[in-house]
Amino acid sequence: MRFSESIFAARFGITRQDLENYLGEALSQGGDYADLYFEYLVTSSIGIDESMVKSAAQGVSMGVGVRVISGERTGYAYSDDLSPEKIRKAANVAAHIAAAPAKVEKFDLNEGRKHNLYPVLTAPTETAFSERVDLVKRADRAARAFDSRIFQVQAVYADNLRQVLVATSEGRLSVDRQPLARLSVSALARQSGGPPQRGHAGGGGRMDLDYFLKEKTPEYFAHEAAREAIAMLDAVEAPAGEMTVVLGPGWPGILLHEAVGHGLEADFNRKGVSAFSGRMGQKVASELCTVVDDGTIGSRRGSLNVDDEGQPTQRNVLIENGVLRAYLQDKLSSTLLGAESTGSGRRESYAHIPMPRMTNTFMMAGESDPEEIIRSVPKGLYCVNFGGGQVDITSGNFVFSASESYFIEDGKLTRPVRNATLIGNGPEALKYVSMVGNDLRLDEGIGTCGKDGQSVPVGVGIPTIKIDKMTVGGTA
Amino acid sequence: MISNYLLELAQDIVMRARAAGASDAECTIAEGEEFSANVRMREVENLKEAGSRGAGLRILIGRHTGASYTSDLSNDGIAHLVKSAIELADITTEDPHAGLPDPEEFGTLEGDLEMYSPDVAELDTAFKIEIAKRAEDAALTSDPRISNSEGASFDNYVGRHIFANSREFAGEYRSSYCSLSTSPVAREGESMERDYWYTMARGFAGLEAPEHVGRMAAQRALRRLNAVKVETQRVPVVFEPRTARSLLDNIFEAVHGMSIYREESFLAGKLGEKVASDDVTVIDDGTLPGLFGTSPFDDEGVASRRTVVIERGVLKSYLMNTYAARKLGMKTTGNASRGLTGNAGIGHGNFFLEKGVQTPEQIVAGIPNGFYVTELMGFGVNVVTGDYSRGAAGMWIRNGELAFAVSEVTIAGNLNDMLRGIEAIGSDLEFRGSVAAPTIKMGEMTVGGK
Repeated sequence: MRFSESIFAARFGITRQDLENYLGEALSQGGDYADLYFEYLVTSSIGIDESMVKSAAQGVSMGVGVRVISGERTGYAYSDDLSPEKIRKAANVAAHIAAAPAKVEKFDLNEGRKHNLYPVLTAPTETAFSERVDLVKRADRAARAFDSRIFQVQAVYADNLRQVLVATSEGRLSVDRQPLARLSVSALARQSGGPPQRGHAGGGGRMDLDYFLKEKTPEYFAHEAAREAIAMLDAVEAPAGEMTVVLGPGWPGILLHEAVGHGLEADFNRKGVSAFSGRMGQKVASELCTVVDDGTIGSRRGSLNVDDEGQPTQRNVLIENGVLRAYLQDKLSSTLLGAESTGSGRRESYAHIPMPRMTNTFMMAGESDPEEIIRSVPKGLYCVNFGGGQVDITSGNFVFSASESYFIEDGKLTRPVRNATLIGNGPEALKYVSMVGNDLRLDEGIGTCGKDGQSVPVGVGIPTIKIDKMTVGGTA
Repeated sequence: MISNYLLELAQDIVMRARAAGASDAECTIAEGEEFSANVRMREVENLKEAGSRGAGLRILIGRHTGASYTSDLSNDGIAHLVKSAIELADITTEDPHAGLPDPEEFGTLEGDLEMYSPDVAELDTAFKIEIAKRAEDAALTSDPRISNSEGASFDNYVGRHIFANSREFAGEYRSSYCSLSTSPVAREGESMERDYWYTMARGFAGLEAPEHVGRMAAQRALRRLNAVKVETQRVPVVFEPRTARSLLDNIFEAVHGMSIYREESFLAGKLGEKVASDDVTVIDDGTLPGLFGTSPFDDEGVASRRTVVIERGVLKSYLMNTYAARKLGMKTTGNASRGLTGNAGIGHGNFFLEKGVQTPEQIVAGIPNGFYVTELMGFGVNVVTGDYSRGAAGMWIRNGELAFAVSEVTIAGNLNDMLRGIEAIGSDLEFRGSVAAPTIKMGEMTVGGK
């Protein structure tokens, strides 16, 4: 899409000259850099509970954020009104906040190259509601039909279409149209009056509605949620203490997001507050580990044609054969560190200041047969599904919570195990990776990452891996 | 902010929804101005200032609901808002329990709830930056091992909340807050740790002194240095107020009316039963002046109130909105909560554990070998089963004293057993937000380590 075709030009009548004028106002009190981030967001969601479609909502929000940077100082203001006087007011507020000697004199806006990672003609948000409501109804029916022990099902389908425009004082002008959709299913199972157990599954991405009709259907997610709930009915208490842990492929890649991803965001390293600060070029993982953050994978939840500073996303190798290679950079940190932006500047909305963030973070496949990995473990834990995770950037300690796991005994999977948190230390944990499978899989597309109160969609991925030593937080 | 205009707008939106075919409608409008100043290493890092507003609508056509929101309050924007909500009623299922509260439930608390303090809007930017700098500086100068910082921030907000429905309820309230926090980094040899301290109040006068905030943050970061991982063992566990509060969050989730009717809580069906030790009394109170969980009415227009949730260990009440109450054959407890739009969910007022008699020092003094938890990490709490497993850091208790720092361990148990296993509750109850708890001692939990 070109600027002239964007909603901001076509519906709101904003011209290049307007953008240049607003940037001029933003820099009227001085500063090194300014940018404008226009956003027009349409969202919808449909929820089913007790086999009734109880909720359906849709909405529109729009606004513009104006940022002025001078040195390490950022001034930020936003407006949810796109009239020229309100935009000028926001530009002036940001300008006064970041007032400094003038450095930028002139800028011509030019549209640069960008990817075309989600060539969706009709975004799910633009389709008829009747088609979308069917998704949650089908999910509800399929989960209940899976097993008579399933007694509660909830499903939520949510989508949005975000249209953005970024204009910077360096002359960059980018527009993008970012569709996103997600279906999630939660099922509760109970047998013979015992305590209930929950199973959960979901997925989606930057694709059209056909994805849920042809590739990953409501039945697929419903069966997965119901299967997990049923499997957990026979689960035993989790063990406690250090042991060998095998992670299954896909969503368990959340390990990488918590253990290394956040710690490699450049803002923390610029400030020297990350456990990874000053470790560039050092060994932080076993040589079997190559970890990549890639915002350019087609249709993925974490992918973007341009980041929220207008920079095309790219594939960044963070750890190569165990050695720390790169941080994730945004405009501010890369400028202050004398590095290049890695296309990692992201923000939740026009009301938020961009920061370095992950996109899709995964480990490259190794050579081991996944079954061979499990056979090699005399006693350990095999974790296939997780809830959320968290990290303390400074100490490097991270946790992630296994929602579905199994004991490995004499190289075989045996009993299912109840919820347990796994804990480790970022720069140390991956040094114990002793086998990496050939079965790299990306997650289904349901992850949301929070940092400093800002949420953005992300992806993770991992092949089956064996970690010789990790602390498992059970009770047994 | 022109209040009457927005109240009239909300009523007008309700009328327009009725005219478009809605049998009932409710409209929320929120308007606010935010400011934040971040300083780091004694320099200004970020300043942010802006105002925003939005409107949300929920309609019923018979027992079918639809909902919408917009940040565009122009005439066209409102027309689109109404149309969006109405068209969604076509796809929702007829739900016999859906609907507005019963007429006798509507109400609002009278009198000044001290939710708004005019001094917040009048604070000068330079002054706010100075306050943040003083907090960070107090941390940086308190010990040579504090040589770095993630900065300090001063935030403030003033806003207005408006709610009107087609049953002639119309109400509004203003609120304000300001907060100050700082997050220093302590370093000794290879060990690097950060921690934080904060203060938050409805008005500037309610804040702790910036120097106190800085020193508290520094002390907390320093005591985490050189932490070790302990052996896996079962020991008494003490939650300081900051971590004890998260247990109250877990209890709130477990008494949440929606989770109860869906039977997805370990407390479902246990009304009137003993679920915790005799010392445990948990209250939800939306009426306490000046506190953060206080409001004159909930997000369905029902007056806020005090509800005893657990009384001396016995489960007395769930927390409900109108919908959950109807599903359970009970009455709403005035706990409806929502953003701008959608069906009302359930929130809490000031949700807290009543204080006990022992000081935290007395509680710790009675423990020969145990774990004092100052930080919890992750999401390992399953409210369906009560299974509890979280990452933890804190201090090891040896012979009644905090002996050394511990990190990279887990604590685990089941909330059913944990609530019954509460052996002592401290006298140190303090409201730093809408959820509060004093120090809590659990008889025994599994600490997972080496």
